[in-house]
Amino acid sequence: MKFVKECDVVVIGGGITGTAILRELSKYDLKAVLVEKESDLAIGTTKANSAICHAGFDAPVGSMKAKTNVRGNALYHQLKDELHLDIKWCGSLVVATNEEEKATLNELLERGRVNGVPDLKILSREEVLAQEPNLTTAVAALWAPTAGVMWPFGCAIAFAQCAVQNGAEELRNCAVTGFIKEDGRITGVNTTWGVIKTKYVINAAGIYADAIARLAGDDSFTIKPRKGEYILFDKTASSSLVYGVAFPCPTKKSKGILVCTTTHGNTFIGPNANDQEDREDTSVTLEGMDQIINSAKKLVPKLPLGDSITLFAGLRAVSSTGDFVLGASPKVKGLFNAAGIQSPGLSAAPAVAEVIVEALGQEMPLHKKADFKAELPETKLFNELDGSGKAAAIRQDERYGRVICRCETVTEGDIVAAIKAPCGAYTLDGVKRRTRAGMGRCQGGFCGPRVTQILARELGIPVPEVLKERQGSEMYYAKFTAKEEK
Amino acid sequence: MMADLYDVVIVGGGPAGLSAAYSAYENGAKKILVLERDRELGGILQQCIHNGFGLHHFKQELTGPGYAGRCIDLIKDKPEIETLVDTMVLEVHPDKTILAVNPKRGVFTVQGKAVVLTMGCRERTRGAIRIPGERPAGVFTAGAAQRMVNMEGYLPGKKIVILGSGDIGLIMARRMTLEGCKVVADLEICPFSNGLTRNIVQCLKDYNIPLYLSHTITKIHGKDRVTGVTVAKVDEKMRPIAGTEFELECDTLLLSVGLIPENELSRGLGLELNRLTRGPVVDQHRQTSQPGFFAAGNVVHVHDLVDFVSDEADIAGKFAAQEAAGTLAPAVKSVEVEAVSGIRTCVPQRLHLPAEGEPVRFFMRAAAPDRKVTLEVKCGGEVLFTRPLPVVKPSEMIAVDLPAAKTALMKEKITVGLKPKEA
Repeated sequence: MKFVKECDVVVIGGGITGTAILRELSKYDLKAVLVEKESDLAIGTTKANSAICHAGFDAPVGSMKAKTNVRGNALYHQLKDELHLDIKWCGSLVVATNEEEKATLNELLERGRVNGVPDLKILSREEVLAQEPNLTTAVAALWAPTAGVMWPFGCAIAFAQCAVQNGAEELRNCAVTGFIKEDGRITGVNTTWGVIKTKYVINAAGIYADAIARLAGDDSFTIKPRKGEYILFDKTASSSLVYGVAFPCPTKKSKGILVCTTTHGNTFIGPNANDQEDREDTSVTLEGMDQIINSAKKLVPKLPLGDSITLFAGLRAVSSTGDFVLGASPKVKGLFNAAGIQSPGLSAAPAVAEVIVEALGQEMPLHKKADFKAELPETKLFNELDGSGKAAAIRQDERYGRVICRCETVTEGDIVAAIKAPCGAYTLDGVKRRTRAGMGRCQGGFCGPRVTQILARELGIPVPEVLKERQGSEMYYAKFTAKEEK
Repeated sequence: MMADLYDVVIVGGGPAGLSAAYSAYENGAKKILVLERDRELGGILQQCIHNGFGLHHFKQELTGPGYAGRCIDLIKDKPEIETLVDTMVLEVHPDKTILAVNPKRGVFTVQGKAVVLTMGCRERTRGAIRIPGERPAGVFTAGAAQRMVNMEGYLPGKKIVILGSGDIGLIMARRMTLEGCKVVADLEICPFSNGLTRNIVQCLKDYNIPLYLSHTITKIHGKDRVTGVTVAKVDEKMRPIAGTEFELECDTLLLSVGLIPENELSRGLGLELNRLTRGPVVDQHRQTSQPGFFAAGNVVHVHDLVDFVSDEADIAGKFAAQEAAGTLAPAVKSVEVEAVSGIRTCVPQRLHLPAEGEPVRFFMRAAAPDRKVTLEVKCGGEVLFTRPLPVVKPSEMIAVDLPAAKTALMKEKITVGLKPKEA
C-alpha cells in the first residue's frame, strides 16, 4: 500500500465529534489529520438529528453525557461568535400534559440543578400558552433558557475549517481499512488513500465506532443503531406549530417526539426511537410516520400535515455502556475512543473534544500554539446580507445577482463560494448543507439541475459524474447514442 | 433612491406574464416592465417541446417553445414593453414597489401604477406527499426531469416509474420512451387519472405503458441511487392495503402529483388566498384583494391548457392598464362566488359589477368525474343559469361564459354547483 503521509494524530470520522476534536487538536503543536469515508463531512448522525443544543437536565447525574452536555452548551455560547455558527438561543420546554407528568418536570428540574444547568424554571399553562399558543394540551412545562437550536452541518464544517486554518488536514472519501501496530502499539492507519503513519488515533467513527475499535483490537464496547424519523415543515407552517423547542415528558429510551423549530424557521416533528441491526438503513417508514404524527398530536393537536416538505431519518450510535465512551482505549495503546455519541452528542461535542485532548495529554506532551487563530473569517450568504452588503457583493462578483434557488434565495455566487471554500462541497447535498439551495419548499425541483451544472463546471467534471451525496449517487445520465438505442 | 415608475409591472415572464404585457400594451399602457427569473422568457413552455398548445388562443397547433415564441413575438420591438431576464423579484410591497435583483443591475427597485402577479406554479414534491423509504438520487419531479432532458440534454434515468398521472408525468412517460428509456409503469392513487384524456391515450396507451389506478408507492429503495419501489393498492381512503404490495425495479422515480401556485410573494403582500386553489382570491378583472394588484395564470389556479392562461392574462393585463390610467370603472356591487356540490373551485371568487352587469367567464374544476350533469348558477335560491355538461373530470377545467344580462341579476352571493342527476 502506498504511503500517503505522516502525522501525530489521526481522527477517524468527520461528524460533529471528529471535527470538534480536530479543532481542539489544532490548538497544539502537532500534526493532525482527519479521515472521513464519505464525500462530505457531517453526513452520518450529524446530518439527521433534532439539531438541539440541549441545556443538560436530561442526562443522568454524574454521567459523561451530563458533564459534557452542560460544558458543551456553555462553550457553544462562545464558539457561536468565534466561528459565526448558526445557533438560535430560543430555550426549550418540556411539556406536561397531565398531573402525573407534572411530577416528572420536578424531577427534571432537580436533576438539571444537580447537573449545573442554569436558570431552569417551571412555567404554568398560561405562561406556556403565552409563548407557544399551539401547545393547547399543556398543563405546565419546564423552561430551560440556555437551550437552543443549531445548524449541525454548519457547525461541523466550521470546526473543520477552523482546524484547517490552524494547520490540520481533512481527507474525504478516505475510509480506514486497517491498523498498523508495532509491539501492540498503533503506528499507522491503512486507508483507501494509502498508509498514514501516526502515533495516535482518535476514533470518532459514529455508528461504526465499535467496528473501527475492533479493527484496532479493542472490543470493550459495542454500538447499536437506533433510528429516529422526522417530518419537516415549510416555514409558513411555524405559526401552526411552535416557535421554539417543545419536548414531551421523556421516556426511558428517549427524550420523546418533539415539535421543534430550526435555525432557519422551519419546524419539524420527530424523532421516534427504534433499534435496528442495519447500520445503513435510514429509510423512513409508514409506521414510523404514523408514530411521530400521533405522538406530536399530543402536544399540537392540529398538525399542518399538508405543509410537510421532506422526511428523513437518522441513526443514533447507542453504546453498550449506557454512556459516552470517552478516553484512552483499555485494550490498544495509541487508540482513543470518542464513541457512543448519541444525544446530547451535538451539544456535547466541544466538551467531548476537550476531554479527549486532555486524555491525549496524559500520553504525549502537548504544547499550545502561540498563533492559534480561534476566529474564522465571517462569510455571509447573499440573503443574510443587508441591502448595501448585497449591492457590494454583486458589484464584486455579478454571480451574486443570479438567484439559483428561488425558495431560499441562494445565488450562484453563494454556490461557487461553498464549492471553493476550505472544506468545500463536492456534491449536490454538500452545496445544500452549506447554502440551503434545495432545502426549501420545492426541494430542489427548480434549482437541482442548475446546481448540478455549476458543480460540474467548478469541479471540472462532466454533469453525469456529479453526485448527490455518496459514490453511486449520480444525478443524471448522458443521453443514449443512436448506436445504443438499437 | 427613486424607483423607476411604470404603468404596469409584471412579475413573471411565462405565458401569463407575456400575455398580460401584450394585453396591457393593447389597452393603452405606455410603460410596461416584465421581470423574469429564468435566463429566457417563456417560462415552463420552453421545456414543453411536445405539441398540442395554442389551438384555442392562436387557432393553430404549436409546441411549447412555439407558443412561447408567439407570445414573445407579440411584445418584442415594442418600445412600450421592457423585459428583464435572469431577474429575481425578492419583495413586492403594498405601495407597488418591487425589489428585484439581477447580475447586471444588482439589487434595484421599480414601482408600478398597477402590478400583475404571474409567478406560475411549482410541482408538489415527495416530501409533501410523504413517500416513505430511503432518499437516494433518482427521485425527481416530472417537470425538473423534463427540463433536464429537453433543455440541458441529460437523462434523469433509464428505467423509470412514474407516480401520479398529471399531464407532465404523462408527457414525460412518452418523452423518456422516445429517448430510449424504459418506462416501467405509471401509478395513480386516485381511482381515475388526473391528466387529459388525450395524454393518457397518446402518451401511455400508444406505448403500452401500464397505468395502475388506485395504487401508490409505500417505499423507495436504494441508498445512493434508486433501485426500485414497493407498490401497493390503496383503499377508498387512499391508505395502502396490506398484502397487495409488489416490487418494481427502476433507477428513477418521477413524480407528477400536483402543482401548487407559487404565492410566496402574494403571502408577503398579505393578499387574501383561497384555501383550495392556493392562489389569490380574484374578481372577474383578476384584481386581487389589494387594489392595483392583479394576478393571472397558474399563480391564481392551476390550468390544464396554456390557452386559458393567456385568456386570463389578457383580462388581467387589460384591467391593469385601466387601473394605471385611472379609467377602471367603479363597481356598484360586490358578489361573492361560492363553489358548491360537485364543483371544487371556481375563479373568479368575487365579482365587482356595474349596475348593468358585464360578461364574465367562470373557470371551474369538478370535485370528481361524472357524466350528464347540469351546471347551476344560483342566487338566493333562484336559478340564474344552467348548462348541461355531458362529461366532467377534475383534470379538465370547465369554462362557462355568463352574459351581462345574467350577471346584472346577481346580488351579494351566488353559488355554482352541479345539479345531481335525475334519479
